[in-house]
Amino acid sequence: MGAYIVRRIGQSLLILLVMSLLVFAGVYAIGNPVDILIGPQADQQDIQRTIAALGLDQPLWRQYLLFLERALQGDLGTSFVHGTSAIGLILARMPATLELAGFAIVLAVVLGIPLGLWAGLRPDGWADRIIMGLSVLGFSMPTFWVGLMLIMLCSVQLGWLPSSGRGEIASWLGLPFSFWTLDGLRHLLLPGLTLALLNIAMIVRLTRSGAREAMQQEYVRYARAKGLSEGRIIGVHVLKNILIPIVTVTALQFGSIIAFAIVTETIFAWPGMGKLIIDSIQLLDRPVIVAYLLVTVTLFVLLNLVVDLLYGVLDPRVGRGARS
Amino acid sequence: MSLTSGAATTPAAASPRAAWRRWAESRTALLAGLLLLGLVLAAVVGPWFTAQHPYDLGGLDLMDGRLAPGSTGANGQLFLLGTDEQGRDMFAAILYGLRVSLLIGLGSTLLALALGGLLGLIAGYAGGWVDALIMRLADMQLSFPPILLALILLVLIGGGTGNVMLALVAVQWAYYARTMRSAALVERGKEYMEAAQVLGLPAWRIMFVHLLPNCLPPLIVVAALQTASAIGLEATLSFLGLGVPVTQPSLGLLIANGFQYLFSGQYWISVFPGIALLLTMTSINLVADRLRDVLNPRLEVR
Repeated sequence: MGAYIVRRIGQSLLILLVMSLLVFAGVYAIGNPVDILIGPQADQQDIQRTIAALGLDQPLWRQYLLFLERALQGDLGTSFVHGTSAIGLILARMPATLELAGFAIVLAVVLGIPLGLWAGLRPDGWADRIIMGLSVLGFSMPTFWVGLMLIMLCSVQLGWLPSSGRGEIASWLGLPFSFWTLDGLRHLLLPGLTLALLNIAMIVRLTRSGAREAMQQEYVRYARAKGLSEGRIIGVHVLKNILIPIVTVTALQFGSIIAFAIVTETIFAWPGMGKLIIDSIQLLDRPVIVAYLLVTVTLFVLLNLVVDLLYGVLDPRVGRGARS
Repeated sequence: MSLTSGAATTPAAASPRAAWRRWAESRTALLAGLLLLGLVLAAVVGPWFTAQHPYDLGGLDLMDGRLAPGSTGANGQLFLLGTDEQGRDMFAAILYGLRVSLLIGLGSTLLALALGGLLGLIAGYAGGWVDALIMRLADMQLSFPPILLALILLVLIGGGTGNVMLALVAVQWAYYARTMRSAALVERGKEYMEAAQVLGLPAWRIMFVHLLPNCLPPLIVVAALQTASAIGLEATLSFLGLGVPVTQPSLGLLIANGFQYLFSGQYWISVFPGIALLLTMTSINLVADRLRDVLNPRLEVR
C-alpha cells in the first residue's frame, strides 16, 4: 500500500511536469512570449525591461526553470485587464464554480435515482420507455444547447427564473454561498439543471440496470418470502446494493462537471472560473489564461490522485494490482 | 488490465451480412439510420440546391434581416426557417453548417481511429515497455475531460478547422488505443496467432493481416459512439468561439450567433440549427447503440 501511494504521487508529479512543459511550450516556444506576457500598451523601454526581468534573453531550458520557479511561488503574472495577480483572480472565482458543480451533482442524484428506480422496477412499462427515451436525448443534447433552451423556456417565454448572474450570497456556518438564499437558489436552478442533465441521464441508466439486476437476486426473493414490504425491500435492500457503482461514477464525474462548467458559466454569465477563462481568451488576457491552465491541471491531478487513493483504501485489491 | 470491452469479439462478427441483418431488426435503429442517411444526403447535395449562397455577401439583402420562419423576402423568395441578422436564409445556413459539422466529426473520428488503433495494436502485440509507454500516455489523456483538454490545446495553438480536428484527434485517440489493445490481447492468446508466429511471418504481416481484422468489431462500435460526441464537442468549442472560423460556421457557431437574439424572442436563429444538431447526434447515438448490441453479444444478455 505504501509503495502504491508513493508510486501514484510520483505519477501525479510527472503529469504536472509534462503539462507545465506543454503550457510552457505553447506560450514560450510556439508563440512570442513578449506578446503573451507584456500588455499591448507597453512602450519599447518597458518591453526591454520586462524581457530582462522575465529572463527571456536566456536559453529555453533556463527559461523553463525560471517559469517553474515562479509558478511554484504562485507568481504567474499580472492580469492585463484587472491589474491584479492572475492566480488571485482565479482563486477568487473558484468558490462560485464549486458551488455550481456541487449543486449540479445534488440535482443529478436527487432526480436520477428515483427516475432510474421507477424505470428499472417496471422494465418495458410506459414510464420505462419514456424515461429511457429521455435519457437518450440527455446523452445527445450538447450542454450549451440545453442551457439555451432552458433560458428560452423558463426566462424569456415564462419569465419564471433569472437567466444570468449569481444571486444574493449569504454566509452560514462561515460558508459564503448562494445556496442559503431564495434569490441565490433561483439563480442556481437553471445553470445547475443544465450542468446536471447529462449526469441525470447517466445515473438513470445506472440505477435502472442495477435495479433490474438486483430484483432477480436471491436476497430479494428471501426478503419477500420473509414478508417484508415492497417499499422496505426497494428502499433499503435494493438501494443499498446499487448505490456503490452510482457513488463511484458520480465521484468520477465531478471533474468533468467542473470542465463543463466553462460552457454553462458562459451561457448564464455565472461569475466563476469558467467564465473568467472564456472572457480572458476573448480579451487576450494571457497571464490569466496561463494561470487558469496551470491551476486547472493541478486541480485535476489532485482530484484524480484523491479518487485513486480512496479506491486503494476502500478496495485493497487496487493497491496490490496496480503493478500492471 | 481489464478485458471488459474486448472480451467478446469474434462470434457475432462471423459475417458482416448477418450482423447487418441483426442490426436492422430494431425498428428504432432502422428509423434512426434512415434519418441519418437523409441528414448526410442533405449536407452533401443540399447546398447545390439552395437559392442563396449564405456566405456570398453579395447575395444577401440586409432588408431581409431577422425575418420570422415562413416569411417572404424583398425579392419574393420564401424563407422557410427565417433569416438571421444579415438576411441569411437559415435553411441554407443549416445545410452548409451541417456539412462542416459532419466533415469535422467524421474526419476527426477516422483520424483518431487510425492513430489510436495503430498505437493500440502495437501496444497489444509488442507488450513490454512499448505497451507500458503507450498505455500510460493513454491513461494520462483519459484523466482529463475531453472538453478541457481540447480547450487547452485550442487556446495554445489557436482555432480554425484544421486545429479543431487536431484537438479532437488528440482527445479521442486513447479510447481507440485502449479498445484495440484489449481486443489484441485476447486474440494474441489464440492458436492462429501462435501458428502465424511459428510460421515465421513478419511482425507487420501478423499485425495487419491476421490480428487487425479480428479486432475490428469493438473498434467500430467505439468509433460510432465517438462520432456523435466528436460532433457535439466541436459544436461546443465553436459555440465558445474557439472552433471553426466565422466564414465557415458549423452548427455550433450558428447557434452561438443566434444566442443574443433569443432574449428578444427571435428564437429561430438559434433553435433550428440546434434541432439539426440534436437530430444528427441522436440518430448517430441510436445507430451506434444498436451496433453495440449486435457486435458485442456479452452486453446483450442483460
